[in-house]
Amino acid sequence: MTQQQPTILRMQGITKSFQGVRALDDVTLEVGAGTIHAICGENGAGKSTLMNVLSGVHPYGTYEGKIVFEGQAVTFKDIKESVAAGIAIIHQELTTIPELSITENIFIGNEITKFGLINWDLAKKRTTDLLSQVGLTMDPGTPIKYLGAGQQQLVEIAKALSKDVRLLILDEPTSSLNETESNNLLGIIKELKGRGITAIMISHKLNEIAMIADAVTVIRDGRVIETYPVTAGQVDENRIIRSMVGRTIENRYPLHESHPGEVIFEVADWCVEDPNVAGRMVCKHSNFYVRAGEIVGFAGLMGAGRTELMRSIFGHSYGIWRSGSVKLKGTQQKITSVDAAIRQGLAYLPEDRKVYGINLLDKISTTIVSANLKAILQHGLISLDAQQRVAEDYHEALNIKMANVNYGVTTLSGGNQQKVVLAKWLFTNPDTLILDEPTRGIDVGAKYEIYKLIHALADEGKAIILVSSELVELLGMADRIYTLFEGRITGMLKCDEANQEKLMRMMTSKTEAEPGSTTRETLHEIP
Amino acid sequence: MKYLKQIFSGDIRQYTMVIALVVFILVFHIASGGKVITPSNFQNLISGYFYVLLMALGMLMVIVIGQIDLSVGSVAAFTGMFLAITARDLGFPWWLAILASLIVGVAIGSLQGFWLSKLNVPGFITTLGGMMIFRGATIWISGSKSVPVPEELKIFGAGYLPDWGRELTGLNNLTLLLGIIGIAIYAFIQLRRRSRSAEVTGVKEGLWLVVLRIVLVGAVIGFLAYTFASGRKGTSFPVPGVTLIILIVFYQILTQRTRFGRSVYAVGGNKNAARLSGVNVPKTYFLTMLNMSVLATLAGIMFVGRTTAAGPADGNMWELDVIASVFIGGAAVSGGIGTVPSTMVGGMVMVVLSNGLQLLGVGADRTAVIKGCVLLIAVAFDILNKQQGRPSITGRLFPKKENPEEKAMEGP
Repeated sequence: MTQQQPTILRMQGITKSFQGVRALDDVTLEVGAGTIHAICGENGAGKSTLMNVLSGVHPYGTYEGKIVFEGQAVTFKDIKESVAAGIAIIHQELTTIPELSITENIFIGNEITKFGLINWDLAKKRTTDLLSQVGLTMDPGTPIKYLGAGQQQLVEIAKALSKDVRLLILDEPTSSLNETESNNLLGIIKELKGRGITAIMISHKLNEIAMIADAVTVIRDGRVIETYPVTAGQVDENRIIRSMVGRTIENRYPLHESHPGEVIFEVADWCVEDPNVAGRMVCKHSNFYVRAGEIVGFAGLMGAGRTELMRSIFGHSYGIWRSGSVKLKGTQQKITSVDAAIRQGLAYLPEDRKVYGINLLDKISTTIVSANLKAILQHGLISLDAQQRVAEDYHEALNIKMANVNYGVTTLSGGNQQKVVLAKWLFTNPDTLILDEPTRGIDVGAKYEIYKLIHALADEGKAIILVSSELVELLGMADRIYTLFEGRITGMLKCDEANQEKLMRMMTSKTEAEPGSTTRETLHEIP
Repeated sequence: MKYLKQIFSGDIRQYTMVIALVVFILVFHIASGGKVITPSNFQNLISGYFYVLLMALGMLMVIVIGQIDLSVGSVAAFTGMFLAITARDLGFPWWLAILASLIVGVAIGSLQGFWLSKLNVPGFITTLGGMMIFRGATIWISGSKSVPVPEELKIFGAGYLPDWGRELTGLNNLTLLLGIIGIAIYAFIQLRRRSRSAEVTGVKEGLWLVVLRIVLVGAVIGFLAYTFASGRKGTSFPVPGVTLIILIVFYQILTQRTRFGRSVYAVGGNKNAARLSGVNVPKTYFLTMLNMSVLATLAGIMFVGRTTAAGPADGNMWELDVIASVFIGGAAVSGGIGTVPSTMVGGMVMVVLSNGLQLLGVGADRTAVIKGCVLLIAVAFDILNKQQGRPSITGRLFPKKENPEEKAMEGP
């Protein structure tokens, strides 16, 4: 592995503190020239900080230790200097500007000028060339907004290439991409490696590391736990996970035996129209049910309408309701507002935590009580004591790692923020919990804890609806799985008869039953 | 400074602004040759500028939901003028005129709330329209002339508490009593909070800290009460000041301890999350805008009471002082942040500036220049101050990339 190759980057003894708390503790990282080096670690382990130190976001002098790049000790004061030295960082969130063309995006801040004017012809020519290097064949004049997330990611790489980059840092590059896009991107990174460009890739996805990395470094709590080579596409997943979380996870999904009871949640003939496109139905005659104590998964590709279905059921908070009914514990209920949904014992944990789940300006304690303030009213006023007590209770019950319940929610890591949102919904004392991508963007250890919580809730007799784009997660957690395709429920499988291939086929099948046909009836059949 | 923070922990976030306020008062006092800290000037300060603080209470909530109300000056002028005209031309008794004026205020507020909550027209636009409409309407219905208001209104705008027992103390005893009640309530709340927090969190604050705090705050309240009480015969803490204190307490409770208050912050912080937590976003918008117009109406009524006539140019540029107060008090333009006590400190800064510069004989032109500069410096300083690790307004408005390592370090 790296021993044979000359070292392109050596970060030695990097220590970085934020107000006395060590985020990085004597980290040493060596990256061989022309390799792909993966960095793994739980959220909050220090990966991003390390990369920020490297790229000059944290300027020289604010950390201890030294960085040697291409044999030279470097002291970057800002990102510009690291870019000039040949290091480019591609962030998880896209930094492209939607309204500008590909060319404009690539050369923004770095325009090719002639007599003080931008030479667009040359810029376009070079863009075409750069695009071909990342496997894109498009008109360089295309506005970025017409490109998919994966393509935009590639444009960002092309932009880095335009600046003669020799070390490319990718921070979870595939987190917002689908499988095809991911594979394509990973292929491009591998190709670039063939042309001598070194890459550091932060990733949670062990299969990606197996596919392309030459070496992997695991960071935990600001320290390097271990670095070892990836040979012939083989990684010991358990070993990585063990290093990441500092404990052995025998199984990524805790063992659990469900004891489903009565059907307590039932949706029939649910139809919802797109609020933006008149006439377009986002939910088409959906029927499903959930029993008490049962975990029911919902699988579907992007755009299948999973979130739309759930949110429309949750107090009509999405779209225009056209038809359908909801039965709770056998009684039909009209639930036309979120408030009513909460009162009827429904809870919905939304998918994108930062956009829909949490007020980032809020405190932990006030977030937890925010969906059920009625419960802590005393003489018509909010009781701050009760609020404190409730927050402390959930702090303990859900094992939320925090310094103080009255700190801001942004002081928490992603996994703990998610637990706070979960606590907020548990405090409404729901019978049915809809969990929309509850583990997205959180690390392995926190995922495991969330899974255990879900099991505990099912054991309490709550009906759980689990929406996830990770089939493995659904197979590991759910008792039954419904599949959605283009707004329709296309099938239902019991966990023991389901596998990834079967589910994927149902998630992509265009053949589905017409309303009223027998297949749909059997789907809805309640034994 | 650190010591000071410990004493006032959790009470006043805007230490720097409080210090700036004290410095302003002292500097003006010295520069004017001792004209600022006097009973009559303190009384003028309240009855001359109460409207800034009063409307800042409503503006705070408007800004927290992420909106702005530019129409408050015009609305105050219009409702004041409406009152004067109904009393003069329709012969309404004073109380009926006040009632009519308040009803008009509610109607105006409902209209502004309607544009925002039902039609999604941004508050900036609806109230810019309102600002022009009600300024024009004020001039229109008044024929550009001042209209006298009933004598009875004077008590609301410039009245004093009754004097009794002055022979004994040489002071307005009711004002002193208010001061003593204030100190007692503060002491009670502090002590109760101490024992309550010990019950809930198990952490007991040092008794000396609490006592020191009570002594310090008590001294300030006592000094103010004494100053207000020691004016010439027939004066006291002004009636608009009493109204203001009642409203401050009311809005502090409303924003911090009610479901509506929580929904205001929730909507301002993250509208989507608020909606999915069962908050009725349009209703919150509607009520907040409505409340603002009602407070503007109240300010207008009290103001014409003080000036004894409603003028077509009343309330000109009030909105600017009011909005500046809220931002000096540390609120965020994009919403979600701001508290009543901080806003009141911000408002006091504006009021003391206006009053102090006036005492120094500085004209309105240069006063505006200075107030503008203070707004810019105060907000910039506030942002810099908060960037140094403590809950940063900017940091929260523009959260950086997923970087929990760094965020984890930010404690309030």
